[in-house]
Amino acid sequence: MDFGGISRRHLLQGGAALGLSAAAGLKPAFAAETTIGFIYVGSRDDYGYNQAHAQGAAALKKLPGLKVIEEEKVPETDAVEKTIESMINLDGATLLFPTSFGYYNPHMIKMANKYPKLHFEHCGGLWTDKDPKNAGSYFGYIDEAQYISGIVAGYTTKSGKLGFVAAKPIPQVLRNINAFTLGARLANPKATTQVIFTGDWSMPVKEAEATNSLIDQGVDVLTCHVDGPKTMVENAARRGAFVCGYHVNQSPLAPKAYLTGAEWNWEALYPKFVKMLAAGESIPNFYRGGLKEEIVKVSPYGEAVSDEAKKHADEIKAKFMADGYTIFKGPIKDNKGNTVIAAGTDRGQKDPELEKMDYLVEGVLGATS
Amino acid sequence: MTSETADPLDTAVIAPAADPGFLQRYGASIEYILIPGAALAAALITFGGFVALFGKSPLDLYWYMYYGAFGTWFSWQNTLTRAAPLILTALCTALPAQLGMVIIGGEGALLIGALAATSAALALQSMPPLVVQLAMVVAGMAGGGLSIMLAGGLRHYRGVNETISSLLLVYIALAILNHLVEGAMRDPASLNKPSTREIGAANMIGSIPGTDVHWGLVFGLVAALAAYVLIYHTTFGFAARVAGGNIRAAKIVGLSVGQLILTICFLAGSCAGLAGMVEVAAVQGRTNANLAVGYGFTGILVAFLARQNPLAIIPVAILLGGIGASGGLLQRRLGLPDASVLVLQGIIFVFVLASDALYGRIGFLKGKS
Amino acid sequence: MADGSIGLWTVPLAVLGGAIRVSTPFLFVSLGECITERSGRINLGLEGTLVMGAMSAYGISYLSGSPWLGVLAAGLTGALFGALHAGICSLPRVNDIAVGIALMLFGTGLAFYLGKPLIEPTAARLPAIDFGWWSDIPQLRAALRINVLFLIGVALAPLLFWAFRTTRWGLLIRTAGESADAARAMGHSVLLIRLRATMAGGFLAGIGGSFLSLFYPGSWNEGLSSGQGITAVALVIFARWDPMLCLWASLAFGGAAALGPALQSVGVTSGYHLFNAAPYILTLLIMIITCSPKRTLSGAPAELSITR
Repeated sequence: MDFGGISRRHLLQGGAALGLSAAAGLKPAFAAETTIGFIYVGSRDDYGYNQAHAQGAAALKKLPGLKVIEEEKVPETDAVEKTIESMINLDGATLLFPTSFGYYNPHMIKMANKYPKLHFEHCGGLWTDKDPKNAGSYFGYIDEAQYISGIVAGYTTKSGKLGFVAAKPIPQVLRNINAFTLGARLANPKATTQVIFTGDWSMPVKEAEATNSLIDQGVDVLTCHVDGPKTMVENAARRGAFVCGYHVNQSPLAPKAYLTGAEWNWEALYPKFVKMLAAGESIPNFYRGGLKEEIVKVSPYGEAVSDEAKKHADEIKAKFMADGYTIFKGPIKDNKGNTVIAAGTDRGQKDPELEKMDYLVEGVLGATS
Repeated sequence: MTSETADPLDTAVIAPAADPGFLQRYGASIEYILIPGAALAAALITFGGFVALFGKSPLDLYWYMYYGAFGTWFSWQNTLTRAAPLILTALCTALPAQLGMVIIGGEGALLIGALAATSAALALQSMPPLVVQLAMVVAGMAGGGLSIMLAGGLRHYRGVNETISSLLLVYIALAILNHLVEGAMRDPASLNKPSTREIGAANMIGSIPGTDVHWGLVFGLVAALAAYVLIYHTTFGFAARVAGGNIRAAKIVGLSVGQLILTICFLAGSCAGLAGMVEVAAVQGRTNANLAVGYGFTGILVAFLARQNPLAIIPVAILLGGIGASGGLLQRRLGLPDASVLVLQGIIFVFVLASDALYGRIGFLKGKS
Repeated sequence: MADGSIGLWTVPLAVLGGAIRVSTPFLFVSLGECITERSGRINLGLEGTLVMGAMSAYGISYLSGSPWLGVLAAGLTGALFGALHAGICSLPRVNDIAVGIALMLFGTGLAFYLGKPLIEPTAARLPAIDFGWWSDIPQLRAALRINVLFLIGVALAPLLFWAFRTTRWGLLIRTAGESADAARAMGHSVLLIRLRATMAGGFLAGIGGSFLSLFYPGSWNEGLSSGQGITAVALVIFARWDPMLCLWASLAFGGAAALGPALQSVGVTSGYHLFNAAPYILTLLIMIITCSPKRTLSGAPAELSITR
C-alpha cells in the first residue's frame, strides 16, 4: 500500500490542525511528530477483532511523521479513561482510537468533552448530534461480507444446515447472523442457520463445544462472531466441516476447509483518516461504509468453493461495489413468523433501524434470549 | 489456620515491653515495615532481571514505573483512582482473615453489590438524589454482604470450605449478572453492550473536588479506618481475633463463633459490595459485564500483601494501583506485554509471602535477648 | 435421520463427548492435587500451573514439531511450579493457601507474557485414536475419537487408588498427611515428602494443561482456561481425596460443561448463562450436601489446613 501522498510537511500541518500544537502557539519543537494512540480491549494478537485493528495501526506506523502508540487489554471501565489521559498527558497523543464498543459511552465521551481540542475516533459507536464534535464513530458494514460468505456457504453445504457460533445476542452479531443466512438462502432457499451463543467474547472451550454440537446436528459449514475465531475454525476443520472466517483471514489455519471470510480492512481506512486530517479536512463524525468504501473485505475464495458459487458471489459483490444492492429488503420475516421488514421497504445499510436489530430472520434456528 | 500470618499486629500490641531498649520496644514494629519493604525491593529487582532477559533496560523499567504511577499529578490521580476499589475489595479478604478464614470471593460480592445498588436506584428514580445514593449504598452493601455471609454460613453450619465456595460464588454471580443484564434487566436501548438502564446523571456521585478521583477513594479510606478500629479497638474485634487464634479457646470463653463468622463475613462482603456500588454510581452509571474486571481478585493480593491489616491495605492498594497505572506506560514505552503487570504482581506476592518466615528472626532487631 | 441429523440425541451424545473431551484437564489436575493434598498440603496454584503447562506444551510442540515433547515440557514446567510452591511453603509460618493464590497469579501472568508470540502459529497437535470405528453414526464416531492422555488419566485413577493403599510411598504420603509427627518419628522428612508430592501434583496439572492447548480445544490463547484448574481443586474435596471419585467427578464436570451449547443446538435457548455456570453450581451443591460441620470429612488428611 502506498500512501506516499502524505508529505512530512502535510503531516506537520495535520498535527497542527489536530490541536495541541495550535493551542500552544505552534511551538516547533512540539509539532515534530503526530502521536496516535490505539487502545484494544483484548490481546492485539488474538487472530481476530483486536488483531484486525492492530494491523490497521501497523499500516500507520509505516507512514512518515507519525508515532503510533498502543495499549492492549484495557478494560471498559474508567481504566480506559485513564489510558486515554495517560496517552495525552504523558505521550502527547492528539488522535485516539479506542477500538472497543464499550469504550464509547460514558468513557470516551467524557474524555472528548474534557479534551475538546483533540480528536477521538471510536470503532463501533453510534455518534449522535448530542455527542461532542471532536469525537466520531466509524464502523464497517461487515454484514455485506457476511452476506457473501453466506452465498458461498449456501452453495457449499450438502445438508443445507449452516452453523453460527456467536458470543452475545446483540444487534451487531444478530445482523451478521441474519445477513449470513439471507445470503445462504439466496443460494439455497432451504438452507437454515443454527446459532449457538457462548455468552462471552472469548470462551474457547465453549466455542469448541458449540462447534461440535453444531456438527453433531448435521451442520457442515460454520462461521462465527467471537473475538478469536481460531478455535472454531480449527475444530470445525478437524471434523471435516467447512468454515467461513471472521475479523481477519484465517485460511492459513485450515487451507482446505476455509471457504471465504468477512474481514475488516482497517489497514486501508486508518491511513485514509490520517490523510484526511493531514489535508485539513475533518473526518465525518459518523463514518460508515462497507465493501465499496473498503472498510470491509472478503477473504480470497478457498479451493473448495465451486465456480457457480464464485460466480454468484462475485456478481453480488460487484453490485455492492456499485452501491446497488440492499441486503435487508422487505418482505423479511423473523423466525417466529412476524414480518419485521414490510414488503416494499428497503432498509439500506445506513438505516438506523438496522442498528437496533433484535430478531433472527426466517431460516435461523435459535432465539435472541 | 492462618492465625500466625493473619494477625501481624497481634504480637506488636500484646508483646510485653520488658526491656526499655529502643529496638526491643519498637523492633516488632520496625519489622512490619522493614520486611515487606525488603520483599518488595527483592521482587522489583527480580522483575528487573526478568525484563532484562528480554533485552529491556531495568533502569528504564523502574523510571517508567515511577513516572507512570507517581511522577506527575495526573499519574497520582490515575493511581488513586485505581486504588479506590482495591481498598474495598481487599477488606473483603482481610476481615474474614482475622477469623482465620480465607475468602477469595470479593469479585462476586462486588458484582452482586453493583446489581443490588443499580436495582435500588432504578426502583427509586422519582426520589431526590441523596435518597437514591443512600439507598444504593445500603443495597450494595447488603447485596455484597449477603453473598459472603453465605460462604461464611456454609463454612460454619455445613463445614464447606469457604475459600472454594466463595470462589465458586464468583462464577455464579457473574452468570446471574449476565443473565439479568441480557434478559430481565436489559435496557432495550443498550444495543451492542447489554446493560441495565442508567441510574441517571443526577444520581452519580462524582469526583472529589479539584481532582478526577471519584468518591470511592474516600469510601475506601473510611471503610479501612472503620475496619481497623473495629478489629483492634473494640471488644468485638478482640473476640474475633481470639476466635481466629483458637476456635476452641473462643468457645471456652463463651464466644458465639457462628455469630462472629456471620457478622464478619457480612461486613467483609459489604465492603466489596460498596466497591460495586461505587463502580456503578461513580464510573459506569449502570450495570453491565464491564464491572467484572478483576478488582475482587487484585483485592486478595492487596489483603495478603498488607498482611490482612486494614490500615496497611491503604498504602498497598495505592502501590498496586500505581503498578496498574504504570502498566500502560510499560506497554507503550518499553513494548512489554500487558501481562507484565500480572507477572510483577505474582513475583511481589511470592516474595512477600516467603518473607513471612523472617519475622522475629532478624538478629539486630531482637536486642540483647 | 436421512439428513445425518440425530435430533435430540445430540444432547446425551454431547454430554458423553464432553465427558471425554472436556474432562481430561479436570482429571489430571484433580489427581495431581489428590497426591499433594494427601501429603498434607493444598496447592491452589494449579490453575496457574495448568495455564503455564498449556503454554509451554504449545510452545515446545511448535518449536520441536513433536507434541509429545510438548506434553513432557508441560509436565516438567508443572513440576517446577510444584517445587516452587513446596519450597516456599517449607519456610516457617508460610500459609500454603496464600502461596497457591500467588502462584496462580504468577503462573497465569508468566504464561500470558511468554505466550504472546504463540497465539498465531499452529503447533503440531496430539493424535486421536478412533474408538468409534464399529459405529456408522458419524456423531458417535466423533465423540469416540479419544486422546491417549484421557486413557492415561483414566488408568491413573485406579493406579493411584491402589498405590495409596498398598505401596510404600503411598503409605509415606498418607502418613505425612495424617500426622507429620508420626512421619518424623519414622525418620522421614515431611518437607521432602511434601516437596515430592507437590511436584508430582504439578507434573500432572501441567500435563492437564497440555491437553487443552494440544488436543482440545487445541490451540493456545489467553482465554483457554476458564477456571478449570481451580474447579478441579474444589473437585478433590468433594471427591474425598479418593482418586476413583476424582475420575467420576471429572467425567461429570466434562459432561456438565457440554450441556449448555448442546441444549442450545436442540432449541433450549433461554438461560444459557445459567447453564454455562452449571459446573460451578454443581460443585457448590455437592459440597453443601457432602460436607458436615460435625465431623471431619471421611478421608480428609488430618494435616490439611482447610479441614482443620
